Amino acid sequence: MANIRSRWPQLLLGVVGLALVVALPSLVSPFRLNLLGRYLSLAIVALGIDLIWGYTGLLSLGQGIFFALGGYGTAMHLQLNCHGCSRAPGGLPEFFGLYGVQQLPWFWEPFHSPWFTLLAIGLVPAAVAGLLGFLVFRNRIKGVYFSILTQAALLVFFNFFNGQQKLINGTNGLKTDLTRLLGLMVGSDTMQRYLFWLTVLLALLTWLLCRWLVRGRFGHALLAIRDDEARLRCLGYNPTPFKTMVFALAGALAGISGALYTVQSGIVSPQFMAAPFSIEMVIWVAVGGRGTLWGAMAGALVINMGKSLISEAWPQTWLFIQGGLFLLVVTTLQGGVVGWFQEGGPRRLLGRLGLRPRLSTYPALALETRQEGED
Amino acid sequence: MTLFFESLFNGVAIGSVLLIAALGLAIVFGLMGVINLAHGELMMLGAYTTYVVQSIFKLPPLEPLFGAYIFVAVVVAFLVSGLVGLLLERSVIRRLYGRPLETLLATWGVSLILQQFVRTVPLAWSTGLWLAALLGLAGPPVVNRLWGPRQRPWLLRLGSWAVAMAVGVVSAAWIRGTLPKLARASARNVDVTAPRWLRGGLDLGDWTLPIPRLVIIGLTILAVLAVYWFLNRSLWGLRIRAVTQNRAMGDCLGIPTQAVDALTFAMGSGLAGVAGVAVSLLGSVGPNVGGDYIVGCFMVVVLGGVGSLWGAVVAAAGIGVLTDVIGAGRLLEIWPRMPAWLQGGVEFFATTSMARVLIFALIVVVLQVRPAGLFPQRGRMAET
Amino acid sequence: MPTPGSPLLELVGISVSFDGFLALKNLNLQLAAGELRAVIGPNGAGKTTFLDVITGKVRPQAGDVYFRGRSLLGCNEHQIARLGIGRKFQSPRVFEQLSVQENLSLAVSEPKTPMGLLRHHLTSTQRQRIHHLLDVVNLAPRAQHRAGSLSHGQKQWLEIGMLVVQAPRLLLVDEPVAGLSDGETERTADLLKSLAGDHTVLVIEHDMEFIRRLQTRVTVLHQGQVLCEGSMDQVQRDPRVVEVYLGASQEQQP
Repeated sequence: MANIRSRWPQLLLGVVGLALVVALPSLVSPFRLNLLGRYLSLAIVALGIDLIWGYTGLLSLGQGIFFALGGYGTAMHLQLNCHGCSRAPGGLPEFFGLYGVQQLPWFWEPFHSPWFTLLAIGLVPAAVAGLLGFLVFRNRIKGVYFSILTQAALLVFFNFFNGQQKLINGTNGLKTDLTRLLGLMVGSDTMQRYLFWLTVLLALLTWLLCRWLVRGRFGHALLAIRDDEARLRCLGYNPTPFKTMVFALAGALAGISGALYTVQSGIVSPQFMAAPFSIEMVIWVAVGGRGTLWGAMAGALVINMGKSLISEAWPQTWLFIQGGLFLLVVTTLQGGVVGWFQEGGPRRLLGRLGLRPRLSTYPALALETRQEGED
Repeated sequence: MTLFFESLFNGVAIGSVLLIAALGLAIVFGLMGVINLAHGELMMLGAYTTYVVQSIFKLPPLEPLFGAYIFVAVVVAFLVSGLVGLLLERSVIRRLYGRPLETLLATWGVSLILQQFVRTVPLAWSTGLWLAALLGLAGPPVVNRLWGPRQRPWLLRLGSWAVAMAVGVVSAAWIRGTLPKLARASARNVDVTAPRWLRGGLDLGDWTLPIPRLVIIGLTILAVLAVYWFLNRSLWGLRIRAVTQNRAMGDCLGIPTQAVDALTFAMGSGLAGVAGVAVSLLGSVGPNVGGDYIVGCFMVVVLGGVGSLWGAVVAAAGIGVLTDVIGAGRLLEIWPRMPAWLQGGVEFFATTSMARVLIFALIVVVLQVRPAGLFPQRGRMAET
Repeated sequence: MPTPGSPLLELVGISVSFDGFLALKNLNLQLAAGELRAVIGPNGAGKTTFLDVITGKVRPQAGDVYFRGRSLLGCNEHQIARLGIGRKFQSPRVFEQLSVQENLSLAVSEPKTPMGLLRHHLTSTQRQRIHHLLDVVNLAPRAQHRAGSLSHGQKQWLEIGMLVVQAPRLLLVDEPVAGLSDGETERTADLLKSLAGDHTVLVIEHDMEFIRRLQTRVTVLHQGQVLCEGSMDQVQRDPRVVEVYLGASQEQQP
């Protein structure tokens, strides 16, 4: 029942944000804009990880699989529809010529169609995740076992894609820079600007979707699975479809994210499925704040920006900093930055520095009224 | 028949590398519930230690003993990795017991730091650093043991650290001077030269057994027996098992549980160092060498059943034999007239990386039937 | 459909062993529809294991469990719960990160599938049931608070509320008054008594005053077997019960 007066800060924020997004391409260099677009697309995969890990308690170390699948789907379509690219005999994408492949592998065929490709970007990763998840969750494999299995699956996919030159160009990956989409070269500044806006839009939609899922009873059931799965069973819930569904959804989000990342970075390669990258994704969510959607998105954005800035200045130090972040998040900052703010971290910090602000009311009461007002 | 034995030998050889690498992990995971993703990096430290030791043994005064450096390397690698494990447990892992997912993330952070450490710090300096840490920590207890407790413990500690620092700096400077190869930091891979007796093969009529493989199999058997003896026959092993089963009760009985934790973790880490020696015999050593093994190790532990030593042995042997059978396309040799469609399939998977693909699929299938691994722990404890 | 005279729940020759330790041996028990039954027994008598068998958490090595004439063996926990068997755990287990109301609405939701939760809103009857239960368990003022912020007694009551709002046919209540004040204990007894009739209730409890207040049939478990059954007075006079509770001749038993 919030009236317009209590909403005006949000409205203002929305308007300023919109203006910023529209104006940003003319404010920053195409290079920076491209980086920002890439990191925003990573925020989408981070939202998926937050759903499965922050809310449901399943730590997947294999999101790179789904990320890369989305990327490969996009790249396959772009390579097939590349008018004016140099071609291998038979009109196949160029790299096939290197290995003497004469006939297009069967699974490339449907990617001629843009509509199929759009669907496949989300549905193929979702199907793979759903199948893997179902087989694992059905047996009540959870916790660290799930994490280890996802990492093993990641390794398997990495090996597969890395080794199959004749099918998907192996370790070299598929380039998208010089291909064309809707008459524009994908690597061109104009196209990149559109892709930036598309990424902003999709990130926003994903956030809204996740928020809707998390705020209802579905989200409550996820939290219940995370906190006490056996108890939820005794209420008559079967956790398996919940987990499978949310894992498949996270897979789909990773696929979308990977597709956007691929067209903005110009290449998809098995490196998207390297183990360190998938664990890095987890740290974005952990630093931002697991179990909070804003935290996951902000974590992905801020850490990646920090990474690119620090790597430009002192390339040796980034891995030390990243390693330190992992240690920090598990030992002292378990709720992440957003969690720290929510738990009154700034006030405690001020207090520790001897600057504790005076409280005019009993803190617990203040907390309770705020919670009631929220619902 | 030859084919059978060749396949079996290759499989056991592959499996023994997996097993020796997984052994420490199985202990740390099975007994403490800690997922140590830095295990591969502890192996990497062991491999680099081997490299440093063999470099020192190439110097003139020690050269006649070059053939024996590998035994020194095993001991030193155990100590170095065990020391790093000890420091890791005392500083980070200790705070994370009962939260396996957090240990997973923390140890991943540690693995990144260790990798970058090897890339940025010259081997000469890190040798000095580990030497100093080893001496500084070991000094006071050794002095106390030899000459009885001191009056002023802090003085002893200060003294031993001062000596350790001096020794560390001097030895680092000495290595820097005499072995220029170790003076610069490098992200490039290095190669360990095996002693002459370790090269070549053992001729057995039709086929030859490569000696390094035989040595690794021997080392693995020794390590497994040592771990078995330590856990089941020694006093500390008894304490470790007691603390694993009921920590509170162990505390009440006066078992120093914190020391038990530290010891268990250090031992698991030390075994990683020994595995590192084995790995250094098989290929070149680089900062990423650990990452190649870590997932395979976890597969061994999960497939065997967490907390089961024999499960790990069986799982490692099974995965090893399957890797050879699938990866080398043995089925084609056994059954030359197989139908064409099947032949295509066998050939498709007949590479090491594709064999991994198939083996993972098989592991998932096995876990469908036996979710807790081949040799699950039973009883009320296992439920939680 | 079960015939009118047949029991709602029937355990036949149940045996459970953990690594050779026999937690239940050849246990037989019948519960009629609408009955309120109390189960007592000294520590280690197998009371909680006995509930674990009914709810599907533990598979018995021998014997069978029939609910409304249907065997429960081979059913998962959630399937058994959906058949109409609800359980309150020994130490209160509520979802601490969710509010009191959210805990109750998870319990009341129907169907309990992902799509069911996403597509359907709570019906007005379901909402009324939640409000009614909030009043009954005295948690209406705290409906929006996190369950983790409740006191121990309030969590016990919330869990009882979750159990009742599920509308099960059979309620399995494990130590409902542990850690409650005298007044709360009385109210709990009254609540359980009022539920009997429409529902079948099985209560496990240590508190003898509470059991007495229920004024109902009592089953005594000892070493995984039914020792005796009867009213509270009969049971208390039974020399065997006195023996196992006071431990007069424990040594004689193997």
